[in-house]
Amino acid sequence: MIRLLLTPTRLGRLLPLWLLLAPALIWLVGLILLPHLDLLWLSLQTRGDGGGDYTFGAGNYLTFFDEPLYWRTFARTAVMSLIATALTLVTAFPIAWYLAKIAQGRLRQLLFVLCLLPFWVSEMVRTFGWILLLQSNGVIPHLLQRFGFTDQPVELLYHDATILLGLVYSSLLFMVIPLANTLDTLDDSLVEAAYNLGGNGVSILRDIVLPHAAPGIAAGTIVVFMLTLGNYLSPVLLGGKNSLWFTEQIYNQFITRFNWQQGAAFGFLLLILSTLLVWAGLKLTGQSFGEAMRKS
Amino acid sequence: MSAIPDLELAGVSKHYDAFSAVNDLSFSIAPGSFFSILGPSGCGKTTLLRMIAGFIEPDQGDIRIRGQAMQGVAPNRRPATMVFQHLALFPMMSVGENIAYGLKRRGEPAAEIRRKVSAMLEQVGLPGAEYKPVSALSGGQKQRVAIARSLVLEPTLLLLDEPLGALDLKLREHMKIELKQLQHAIGTTFIYITHDQSEALVLSDTVAVMNQGRFEQFGTPQSLYYQPASAFVAGFVGANNRYTARVNALRGDAAECVTDGGLPLIGRIVGTPPRPGDAVELFVRPEAISLAHEPADLAHCDLTIEAEVDSLLFDGANSSVLLVDKASRTPLRAALPQNGRFAHLCPGESVRLGLQVNQVWGYPAR
Repeated sequence: MIRLLLTPTRLGRLLPLWLLLAPALIWLVGLILLPHLDLLWLSLQTRGDGGGDYTFGAGNYLTFFDEPLYWRTFARTAVMSLIATALTLVTAFPIAWYLAKIAQGRLRQLLFVLCLLPFWVSEMVRTFGWILLLQSNGVIPHLLQRFGFTDQPVELLYHDATILLGLVYSSLLFMVIPLANTLDTLDDSLVEAAYNLGGNGVSILRDIVLPHAAPGIAAGTIVVFMLTLGNYLSPVLLGGKNSLWFTEQIYNQFITRFNWQQGAAFGFLLLILSTLLVWAGLKLTGQSFGEAMRKS
Repeated sequence: MSAIPDLELAGVSKHYDAFSAVNDLSFSIAPGSFFSILGPSGCGKTTLLRMIAGFIEPDQGDIRIRGQAMQGVAPNRRPATMVFQHLALFPMMSVGENIAYGLKRRGEPAAEIRRKVSAMLEQVGLPGAEYKPVSALSGGQKQRVAIARSLVLEPTLLLLDEPLGALDLKLREHMKIELKQLQHAIGTTFIYITHDQSEALVLSDTVAVMNQGRFEQFGTPQSLYYQPASAFVAGFVGANNRYTARVNALRGDAAECVTDGGLPLIGRIVGTPPRPGDAVELFVRPEAISLAHEPADLAHCDLTIEAEVDSLLFDGANSSVLLVDKASRTPLRAALPQNGRFAHLCPGESVRLGLQVNQVWGYPAR
């Protein structure tokens, strides 16, 4: 095969193809594959007792299971991400339905732009926006006190609910777009036909709309779940010290503890977790990854 | 025939801003009939059908289905089911699930649903197709499943929104006959809307020709064809030679006219009796024109014309010939007789045409 590719005439013919592929290949190999292999190698280097030499072994991975803080943070991150993804789906569905089925013409374009507009500002700035609104001397506690709902300013930051709010907010668009795309292809007459044959709102949603939107739901859910699981800013800024997000543990290992080997192992555990959960989700709902990505 | 009509409309109107889609319609349909609404696109027929189905509420007037007022009744509670233009079969369900959908929504027992679905599939000629996916069906089969899905609910009215429009010509002809036979077999009242006059004429017991939100004529296919009530009906139903003309003189109930091109014609004027000098529109059906070589063959005709063959339009049983009047050079289209006597006319050949007064229809020009 290699020999065939490299005979002079073949090389001449295939050269343009290789040149066209080069940027993608450099990207894939140089920036994704190689660093991952390096990290994998790093994660398998275990520090000996008493800070001695590094030996090859799964010690970093065993540390994760030995130390309850680590795997509890890990489980908490997974559960919170699933909740955030579910909330995002429930919030995004009516928005996507309105965009795809009800809004027309200019209004529709305007709404799409409004959805995109916040993304012109960095996530950091948007999260600080939430802090301004929610902190104890911020806008919302002030208003709550002003209108007599509370006696004194309440601290709305640093709760799990605040973290979820931030996560849902920052991932909404990634759910709305694939959902709106699949709902857009739903023929209105299918809904009318079901209504005509005796269906009501709930049964039409269950029997007609959701099965049709399933690839969009799968795509949106995968993207949002991955983004949430790997999110660092929202949990740390809105949850503070109590956020206990797994990305924070990775950050700590790399930056605070300077234990790259442990950090790399955590990174790989996160990768395995997200892959497993996405795979399980697709299996449970009978969807295929390719289908979900193509249809939305 | 029972006293209560299956469908009754009284003064039904629907306006969109200044445009009136349906304008003060009143009619009633006897049980078990096949009723078609025939009209060009934009005439309001779809709006009318969707009001009967309940997707649109009328601005004014009452719709009653078998005596029951339908105002405020949601589409899922009306005894009228609809076959959609593009069928709207549920792609996520099998054929059997599609047909069972309405029965399930009614909460019928599973065994009963299975029995009804298989009986219905038998009726539409697809026995045992329950487990096929919808995508595995041909166009005609999808058509039958869509009709079965609506009929299995035993509605008072079956509404059909141009369901044959998406099929190719051959299949359309075949489905037309099947639809008619099915309606005869089950006896449900069918309300069928179409812009295809042949579908309306072939299928229906009663046809309404609709234009600009009103019925131009309401009657049997025969009356529509042989006694069109307005210039619109005459122009829309069947092929016609159409001329604008002026009345020269009145002879009994017939009017002698001259077309704007100079061809003298004689015909009956429908509506207000005309006076000499009035502008009229005249319609002559191609099959009403008799062709002859000898003057004696046209002795029974009220008017004869010397004409010249321009070209032959061969179309099997529907063949016709384009002619021009020798004196005024007015074009005329005449049907070729089935006996083949004039099958060998050549362009440029002379031929005599004969017309009878009661086969030429005129309407006061608007």
